[in-house]
Amino acid sequence: MSKRKITVAVSGLNNIDSPGPGIPVIRALKDSELFEIRIIGLSYDTMEPGIYMHDLVDKTYQIPLPSAGQQSLLMRLSYIHQQEKIDVLIPNFDAELFNFIKLQDTLKKMGIHTFLPTLEQFEERQKWALNTFGEKYGIKVPRSKQINSTAEIHALTHEFGYPFVVKGKFYDATVAYSPDQAMAAFNKISGKWGLPIIIQQYTPGTEVNLTGIGDGKGNLIGAVPMRKTYITDKGKAWAGIALEDETLMNIARNMVKGNNWRGGFELEMIKTDKREYYLIEINPRFPAWVYLAVGTGQNHPEALVRLALGEEVKPYESYESGKMFIRYSYDKIVELKEFETISTLGEL
Amino acid sequence: MKLLKNIALSDTGFVFNPGTGDSFSVNPIGLSILKDLQEGKSEEAIRNRVIEDYQTDKETIEKDLYDFLKMIEQFNLTDYHE
Repeated sequence: MSKRKITVAVSGLNNIDSPGPGIPVIRALKDSELFEIRIIGLSYDTMEPGIYMHDLVDKTYQIPLPSAGQQSLLMRLSYIHQQEKIDVLIPNFDAELFNFIKLQDTLKKMGIHTFLPTLEQFEERQKWALNTFGEKYGIKVPRSKQINSTAEIHALTHEFGYPFVVKGKFYDATVAYSPDQAMAAFNKISGKWGLPIIIQQYTPGTEVNLTGIGDGKGNLIGAVPMRKTYITDKGKAWAGIALEDETLMNIARNMVKGNNWRGGFELEMIKTDKREYYLIEINPRFPAWVYLAVGTGQNHPEALVRLALGEEVKPYESYESGKMFIRYSYDKIVELKEFETISTLGEL
Repeated sequence: MKLLKNIALSDTGFVFNPGTGDSFSVNPIGLSILKDLQEGKSEEAIRNRVIEDYQTDKETIEKDLYDFLKMIEQFNLTDYHE
């Protein structure tokens, strides 16, 4: 069967020690048996390694930071679309999703298909709304509270007790064992990601995660649970193993059925010694370890492309547990000319 | 005590729990005990079998078997509801 030729734009090319999902998503798309895909990288920083990975990324364009707003993003995408005729666009950063969700109808009129959560789905799983989310979908969630100033930290001693987790609104989380540590974490994380800061009750146990995709009609198209077996000092998985975990699968099925989740997602859960599951975060996009799903027999990014193009996709029925991934680092040699081109022209 | 149904035992002594992702290595005696548990043998039957196979005093075998079974319980290899 000949493969269909399409062009897919992907962001999240920062394949660094705390990697974005872009490169794993691209690897999954390159493995597709249905599509021959030209990959257009969308980058924010000239040091994103994916820009220079020409075996995976055919051409890269810089796009404006999310803070520049929707109009400047739309203008830039219009230019890129004129050059490349993008069929599908997969944004991979939490911080950029709001703009893409708002622009998705306009993009569709231009011929650029996306498959993103609705604004309501995106908002109701925000870290500061997670307790309400848990109540709504019958998922246990550690108690959490958002704060906007270090002055609120002392009052937390009685409310939460130590330790508790200090989390940024998009990324980063630190366990604080004292008010001093909590203040330091507040300042560090708010300095990077802004306010509010979320305080979450510390839940001891093993972190288990699930990467999944919903079709927007209540069906879980694919899902693979994973436990990190080697964790970096930033808390990221350097290695992981696919699990058999029917409880976690049921949590994902129920959530997708309950809120008609549309697109990729990641559930981050804590499994306690009593085998209870607590939701600590939902990411509204594929995680950076999504390629493990491909390794187990489920190509979630390919399914997302098909859904974006309006095709009906049947749910995956199985995956192979026990498959592992181990990341590695690699010194990519880059010609100065390439760096100069992306720095000055904004495309490479 | 029952071993969890999905525990994978290899003849090399590699033990894998697909529910937690944990893996362990056991020696031949450990492997034979895990296989006995997987076949649903009782602790008494396992004890008698080990006493028969290994020429050691009964007390030592009872103590070591008890330690081993407690250890696999702690490592979440046994059925929680048993």
